[in-house]
Amino acid sequence: MIVAVTGVVLIAFVVGHLLGNLQIFLGPDWVNSYAEHLRALGPLLWAIRAFLLVSVLLHIFYTISLAIENRRARPVQYERKDNVKATFASRYMAMSGLIVLAFILYHLAHFTVRVTDPRFLLLKADPLNRYDVYSMMVYGFQNIFVSAFYIIGMFLLALHLSHGTSSFFQSLGLNDKKLTPRLALAGRIFAWLIFVGYTSIPIAVLFHLVKPAQEL
Amino acid sequence: MKFKLKVWRQKTATAPGKLVEYQAKDVSPNTSFLEMLDVVNEGLVAQGKEPIAFDSDCREGICGTCSLTINGEAHGPDHPGAACEVYMRRFKDGETIVVEPFRAKPFPLIKDLVVDRSALDRIVQAGGFIAARAGSAPEANSILVPKHEADRSMEAAACIGCGACAAACPNASAMLFTAAKVSHLAFLPQGQPERTTRVLKMVTAMDAEGFGNCTNTYECEAVCPASISASLIAKLNREYAIASLKRRAGE
Repeated sequence: MIVAVTGVVLIAFVVGHLLGNLQIFLGPDWVNSYAEHLRALGPLLWAIRAFLLVSVLLHIFYTISLAIENRRARPVQYERKDNVKATFASRYMAMSGLIVLAFILYHLAHFTVRVTDPRFLLLKADPLNRYDVYSMMVYGFQNIFVSAFYIIGMFLLALHLSHGTSSFFQSLGLNDKKLTPRLALAGRIFAWLIFVGYTSIPIAVLFHLVKPAQEL
Repeated sequence: MKFKLKVWRQKTATAPGKLVEYQAKDVSPNTSFLEMLDVVNEGLVAQGKEPIAFDSDCREGICGTCSLTINGEAHGPDHPGAACEVYMRRFKDGETIVVEPFRAKPFPLIKDLVVDRSALDRIVQAGGFIAARAGSAPEANSILVPKHEADRSMEAAACIGCGACAAACPNASAMLFTAAKVSHLAFLPQGQPERTTRVLKMVTAMDAEGFGNCTNTYECEAVCPASISASLIAKLNREYAIASLKRRAGE
């Protein structure tokens, strides 16, 4: 239950973050003012970050302890085990989750703490004297390896959510015989929409559809 | 038809086990899987060898005694149905068939393909019953049960307690079994007095047996010979959440 509830908190973040990021297609002014507004939240921003951090830690702690229990529940493995219905995503939640975690750590180092790319230090403020988040995103994604890791990270996130989203309803008992297949389908569609939304940004950058607002 | 069998042989609970190859020759396509094993066993006995131990009773899919994992699927390839309802025509001639016991920590192996599933009985003993007045049966219409609820209850009560759900679950979780046993009483008026304590006690008993946790893969409902729906697991979660709140409130 804790896993399900923290999962939903994190899904809400994933959706909100996507909506924020997609503003890159509306031009530098939108993204930079959005970032400025977020930063202006001050202590509230840190409260949100702390809340998300606690959610992530609880989500990871409980899933890993449950996974260990599950491993112990079958000490002698089958020589042959076929899956009739279980999807790939549902069987490899721990693996996809841990890779997404690795991605998030890198992503924070890259764009939030900004320690992985020295070019970001050369960025000048935008005409309204705000930090030029727009150009930072574009320069960041122009690196093919950064974009590739981003897309892989998003693929695994989508895989994780394609099972996790509908799983929330089942775990909290908000489900019935008719709803189950519909929610499973809706969860999958939702997850892959998230994937398309997020990956559209590095792809647009790599194809030069979105260009930096300033020269370095 | 002829088949190559790879059967799990293990003398005792603690002895090491392994897959042993056997040939099944001149098998009629209309032989049931268990009859085929009987024929193989007769051959083994004739050679003075130890026959393969496996569980079976009614051999018509209603008792829940058979417990084979055939080619990696609990109860074999024909779903919904128990292992005793699988016929050899379902396999390709000359096919290699792997036969293993139901595997889960709470199902300790006794011998070869026979496992001890009394963990399921202990879950039922923890709360899968109703307190009823002893004596003569009450008049049938004295307790009214709406048709819809009777049907839902019957769907859950169809569980034959074979343990295939736990055997097929990637986490060896017995949630579908417990969900069926909790639900069929929760739907009926007779089950109401113990409704709150029942779910709490049965879930506690299930956890104490060492079953794994549900991660919603629905592998259980795919192999269930009684077609118990995993939506009953959602009901179990619902019942458990409400019961926990009620207990906290002292109700």
